[in-house]
Amino acid sequence: MAIDAATVRKVAHLARIKTPEDRLEPLAQELNGILKWIEQLDEVDVQGVEPMTSNVSQPLRLRDDVVTDGDKVADVLSNAPKSADGFFVVPKVVE
Amino acid sequence: MTDLTKLTLADAVDGLKAKTFSSEELTKAFLTSIEASNPTLNAYVEVTADKALEQARASDARLAKGEGGVLEGAPLGVKDLFCTEGVQTTAGSNMLRGFVPPYESTVTANLWRDGAVMLGKLNMDEFAMGSSNETSAFGPVKNPWKSKGSNADLTPGGSSGGSASAVAADLCLAATASDTGGSIRQPAAFTGTVGIKPTYGRASRYGMVAFASSLDQAGPIAKTVKDSALLLNSMCSFDAKDSTSLDIPTPDWTQSVGQSVKGLRIGVPKEYVLDGMPAEIQKLWEQGVAWLKAAGCEIVEISLPHTKYALPTYYIVAPAEASSNLARYDGMRFGHRAEQFTSLDDLYATSRAEGFGKEVQRRLTIGAYVLSAGFYDAYYVKALKVRRRIAQDFDNVWGQVDAILTPSTPSAAFAIGDKQIDPLTMYLNDVFTVTTNLAGLPGISVPAGLSADGLPLGLQVIGKALDEATVFQVAGALEDAAGFVAKPDRWW
Repeated sequence: MAIDAATVRKVAHLARIKTPEDRLEPLAQELNGILKWIEQLDEVDVQGVEPMTSNVSQPLRLRDDVVTDGDKVADVLSNAPKSADGFFVVPKVVE
Repeated sequence: MTDLTKLTLADAVDGLKAKTFSSEELTKAFLTSIEASNPTLNAYVEVTADKALEQARASDARLAKGEGGVLEGAPLGVKDLFCTEGVQTTAGSNMLRGFVPPYESTVTANLWRDGAVMLGKLNMDEFAMGSSNETSAFGPVKNPWKSKGSNADLTPGGSSGGSASAVAADLCLAATASDTGGSIRQPAAFTGTVGIKPTYGRASRYGMVAFASSLDQAGPIAKTVKDSALLLNSMCSFDAKDSTSLDIPTPDWTQSVGQSVKGLRIGVPKEYVLDGMPAEIQKLWEQGVAWLKAAGCEIVEISLPHTKYALPTYYIVAPAEASSNLARYDGMRFGHRAEQFTSLDDLYATSRAEGFGKEVQRRLTIGAYVLSAGFYDAYYVKALKVRRRIAQDFDNVWGQVDAILTPSTPSAAFAIGDKQIDPLTMYLNDVFTVTTNLAGLPGISVPAGLSADGLPLGLQVIGKALDEATVFQVAGALEDAAGFVAKPDRWW
C-alpha cells in the first residue's frame, strides 16, 4: 500500500495541515518508510482477537444528570485568539 | 553550609520539618542555581520565581506552626504539559505559546495540596512526541552528562527531557513528568535519575495536555527510588474528572522501598535481547540479574513473544489517538490562529501548519492516514488486536513471576542531532519501555551503572497492574546493589 504524493495531499487535508506541493513527495517517502516498518504486524495471527481500546476494564461511571460546573464565560474566552461580547469571533463561515 | 540543592527530596522534607533550613532558603538556592544553569541547559521554559517564593513563605508559616503536608516546602519542577492556573502551559509547542490555563491539573493540584513549591515549567518534546527533546519549540535541552573525552552536547532523552535534566543537574528536588511510550523512563535512564510510570489510571489525566489518551500516564522523575515513591504517592488519586481514573486507594509506596526481595520471582524476557544491542547493555542486564539473585530472588526465564510488534503497534495507536486529540487545535477557541488565510478551511490548515512542528505534523499525518476510510481496519483495528496480544503476553507470565527485569533503553544518551535523519532510528529508543504503555503496567527505570563512555545506564522493573509496591521493592534492591552515586562533572 505505497503512498504517493496525491495520497499525502489527501491525508494532509484530512489532518487540516497545509502542506506545500514540494513537500508532498519527500513526505510520501518518509511515510512509506514508516508504514513499511509497521507492516510487520501482518505476521501476527489475530484471528478471533478482540481489539483492545483501553487498559481500564471498568465500565464508564455514571453521575446524576445535573449541572456541576459552568458560568465561566471569562475563563472560557481568556485564551481566545479573538472574542467579543462573550463570544468567540471566527471568520465568516456561511457566505 | 552544605549545598541544599544536592539534597534528596526525602532529606529536604525532613530538614524542613526539623527547621534545619527554611523553604525560602531552599527555594532561593534553587532559583540561584537555575539562573546560573538554565541559559546553558535549557531545562526550564519558564521560571516562576515570584510564585515559588510566595509558596515557600506560606510553607514556612505552616511549618512554623508544626503543620504542613508531606511535601511541605519542597521545590519541584513541573513538566510543561500539566496545566497550571495562571502560568503559561505550552506542551513545548508554538501552538500553545501564550496559553495560560484558567485551571489546574489534578496532578499538580495534589502537589500544592501537599505543600510543594513550584519552581517553574520544564521543557519537553512538542506535545510529548519525541525521544530527545529536539522537537521542542523552545529548543533542545542539554544533558548535564557528557561522554568521557568528548565535548559534544548530549540529549537528556525525551519527551520529559527538561524534567530529567533539571533533576540530574540539581535544578529542583524532583519533577513531574509523563510517559506515553517511555517518556519518563528513557530520560531517567539517560540522566542517572529514577523515573516511574504507574499503572494506567493511577494518576489523573485531567489538565494534562493530551497526546494519546489510552497510553498517557503521569509520574515522577527523582534522584532516588524513595523520592520517586514519595512524589508518586502525592501525584496519584482518584479523580471523577478523568473517566479512566481508577477509584482505588493509593498505598504509601515509600514503605515498599527497602523491603527485602527475598523469595520474589523475577522474570527475564528472552525477547528483550535485541540483535545488535550494545554489549554493555547486555552486561548491565546480567549484572542486574546477579544482584537480584544475590538478594534472594528467584530468576525465571520468560517469553513475551509479541514484544517485537510493540513499537509498530504503538506507531499506529499513538498517532491515531493524537490525530483525534489534536483536532481541537483549530485556531478558534485557543491556541495559534494564522493571520493570513483565504477561507475557513484554509485558516484551520494554515494555523496548524504554523503552530505544529515537523514531528507533530508527521505523526498527525500518519494518524489521519491509519484512521482514514479504507485503511482503518488494515492498520488501526489490526494494531488494536496486536495490542491485546502484547497485553496477553504479560497476563500469561504473571503466574510464574512477581516482576520483570529488562534494560531501560537500548543505548546510553546520544548526541544532539545524531538521530534526526531517520525517524525510525529515533523511535527505537522506546523499544523496552513501550510495551508497558500498551499493556497499562507500571514500569520504573533505576540508574544501575555507567557505560564505557562514562554515561548512566538504567534497568527497568515492570510489575503487575496496580502492583507498584513490588516494583518499588525490586527497584530499591537494585538501587542498593548498584550503589549508583555518580554525578555529572559540572561544565555548564
